[in-house]
Amino acid sequence: MSSQSAKTDTSARYPTYDVMSKRDTPSWNDITRAVVDRRLQIRDEPRFLDADRFRILQALCNRIVPQPSGRMNKVPLAGLVDRMLEQTESVGYRRSSMPPLRQAWRRGLDALNDEARVRFGAEFMDLPAGRQDTILEMLQQGDVRSPAWADVPAESFFEHRVLHDVTTSYFTHPTSWNEIGFGGPASPRGYVRLEADRRDSWEAEEDRRAVDHEN
Amino acid sequence: MKTDDPMAVPRAVGGRAPDVFRRGAWVPMRQYAEAEEVDFVIVGTGAGGGTLACKLAEHGFSVVAMDAGPYWRPLEDFASDEGEQQKLYWRDERIVDGENPIDMGGNNSGKSVGGSTVHFAMVSLRFRPEWFKTRSQMGYAVDWPIDWREMWRYYTEVERALAISGPVTYPWGPPRPRYPRRPHPLNAAADFLARSAEKMGVAWSPTPIATLSAPRGLAPPCVYRGFCVIGCSTNAKQSVLNTWLPRALSAGAEIRDLAMAGRIELNARGLATGVHYFRDGGWRFQKARNVVVAGYAIETPRLLLNSACPQFPDGLANSSGLVGKNLMPQSNHGVYGIVDEAVRWYKAPPSLSLSEHWNYTDTGKDFFGGYAYMSQGPMPTAWVGSLTSSRGLWGEKLMREMEKYNHQVGLKIVGEILPQEKNQVTLADEKDTLGLPIPRITFSYGENDKRLYEHAIRFMSQQMEAGGARELFVESDTAHLGGTARMGDDPRTSVVNADCRCWDIPNLWVCDGSVFPTVGGVNPSLTIQAIACRTGDRIAQMASRGELTRGDRPASTGACSGGRVKRMTNGLHGRDQGREQPWLGNASAAGMV
Repeated sequence: MSSQSAKTDTSARYPTYDVMSKRDTPSWNDITRAVVDRRLQIRDEPRFLDADRFRILQALCNRIVPQPSGRMNKVPLAGLVDRMLEQTESVGYRRSSMPPLRQAWRRGLDALNDEARVRFGAEFMDLPAGRQDTILEMLQQGDVRSPAWADVPAESFFEHRVLHDVTTSYFTHPTSWNEIGFGGPASPRGYVRLEADRRDSWEAEEDRRAVDHEN
Repeated sequence: MKTDDPMAVPRAVGGRAPDVFRRGAWVPMRQYAEAEEVDFVIVGTGAGGGTLACKLAEHGFSVVAMDAGPYWRPLEDFASDEGEQQKLYWRDERIVDGENPIDMGGNNSGKSVGGSTVHFAMVSLRFRPEWFKTRSQMGYAVDWPIDWREMWRYYTEVERALAISGPVTYPWGPPRPRYPRRPHPLNAAADFLARSAEKMGVAWSPTPIATLSAPRGLAPPCVYRGFCVIGCSTNAKQSVLNTWLPRALSAGAEIRDLAMAGRIELNARGLATGVHYFRDGGWRFQKARNVVVAGYAIETPRLLLNSACPQFPDGLANSSGLVGKNLMPQSNHGVYGIVDEAVRWYKAPPSLSLSEHWNYTDTGKDFFGGYAYMSQGPMPTAWVGSLTSSRGLWGEKLMREMEKYNHQVGLKIVGEILPQEKNQVTLADEKDTLGLPIPRITFSYGENDKRLYEHAIRFMSQQMEAGGARELFVESDTAHLGGTARMGDDPRTSVVNADCRCWDIPNLWVCDGSVFPTVGGVNPSLTIQAIACRTGDRIAQMASRGELTRGDRPASTGACSGGRVKRMTNGLHGRDQGREQPWLGNASAAGMV
């Protein structure tokens, strides 16, 4: 992938910063370029999950990490999670009450959808955002009605799979680095100015008005 | 890339190992035939095993050190990318339970030649002297069988071996030599700790840290990339991979990457004769006069327990019943907040300043033990993990919080957890892809542990406020492990003696963090390496006095040997032995499950 086609969306807080503009500078080594290029080619389509579960996952991702409506290139978040599941059998551990990673996701997505049917008589992906959020809040508190949760504990699924896997997948994408002003890859070139309120020229410049406005 | 995939095909073969300092280059490596009885086979090449491999090879012993992980070339293999670098962690399935199940992975495991030092945060602290005698001098837990003054000398050896950068004068503990390299400048996150500690009236220090502040051989000084805990791509970090292991190789040790140990074999006399391990598609057996287990606090007891046989039905070295028991993580509780200034805590090593005030102050405490606390600098996925696990945030709320990333500061402790037998590693019924039982890791905080971290949270919250931070929140976490094969001076209450030698099997040794009777309030890597240095020297002394037991050839009856073992005769390019565990036929015949 050329660096030109790999531009990612900038953010309100760091309006002039696109981490991808550093791709061909000393901040990125060969393996980092290869790794991020591969990630940017991932599309929002399933390779591990079946099509039905993938649509549930897409709806879920939209609520866990809502992306700005004006964003030109949305992060294909469900695609990133699906790719992680395709490539990962285990993250190294699981709670004794939880099934292994892939089973947890399959069963959890099924149960989430069944919860939507039990509670609101519709598929999860067809519910309005507010009702989707209601279900997720209930899930987080373990307040669930579907019998499908017998196969995977709702609270654990939400905390250890949904929150962990969806949000960490999102923050492996360069667009998310623009959003928070993260310096991104730094090898072999690191940083020189380490003090507070100091910034190297290859770091994100913050729009202080955006900061003051929010605080 | 697939032709040289270090996670699929061993690199340390054909009489050479990767030269970690030069792209594409190799260094010569001595190799031993599997049928050749080497002096020591070491399972694990991290802070314990890698350091000991170097010391033993330099003392003139023949050494084969194996590791389940790949042999990385940091300059070529390490991306500046959190997702990619998960490859450094031990990600084989483990089951966690208890009241406070431990999150495994990055904070406490490594699957690499060099072990978790390949991704450790490099904080290199000495124990407080009294911690080697906590029972007799401080009234809690259990004594080590080693005197602190002896450890002080070995700490100095390790600090020199790693060219630790640190302050001229360290504010706590007895005098120590000055650190080999000058301290690093503070980043903004470390400066916050320093300024706020001064407001609280407690001492702070630049962190003694294993990354170079001046060039050393082919390793350049740290350039403050900040990706330390996912692997240093410049070699500024002084890991086992680029310090002890190059020395071990030049002293004649062989290192076998992608070699997963499954079972230690014993003969009829109850002595270890070697290790069954899986490499390059098949089970193999390395013959040895001595076996050292150095797999850290989970894999070490797992291997000892899984090597159970009719002679030792409860696992090897387990007459005390303590193999796997007294598992101790360290509390890694933290307090975070935001400040007006742009901190940009992704720059430079994450913990460039610290305070050991509560390790060395015994008044004003309602708990036994101590804790150090350090400045923080998590990468984005680690940080979002903190926000979701601590606060359960998602949706717009999470995204608004993540936007504050560059204004965030934090203090986290490395806190002493006391040993409890009920915190332990056992074997689960579930098997891994090699057919080995996976570990079950059980942990619950004790009352003292809770008082310790609650004290730390109160104190650090005050300090954060004193430093001007607001929107504080607390994270519960653990880091590091220790204690599942504790050392002691009584065979009834310990697994190994002060020399890391098993009481029950005199040519079986354990050399890693699992020998810690207590973990103290500092990061363990320096102490593990100091213990390994001491063990290497002690073994050389014992050998010169004829005190090492020679493991002889396996006998035909009554032994733990698998009768159907087909040994390789010509090193690792021989025929594939297949995936079936060679010892199983014999074990099931002997009535084992």
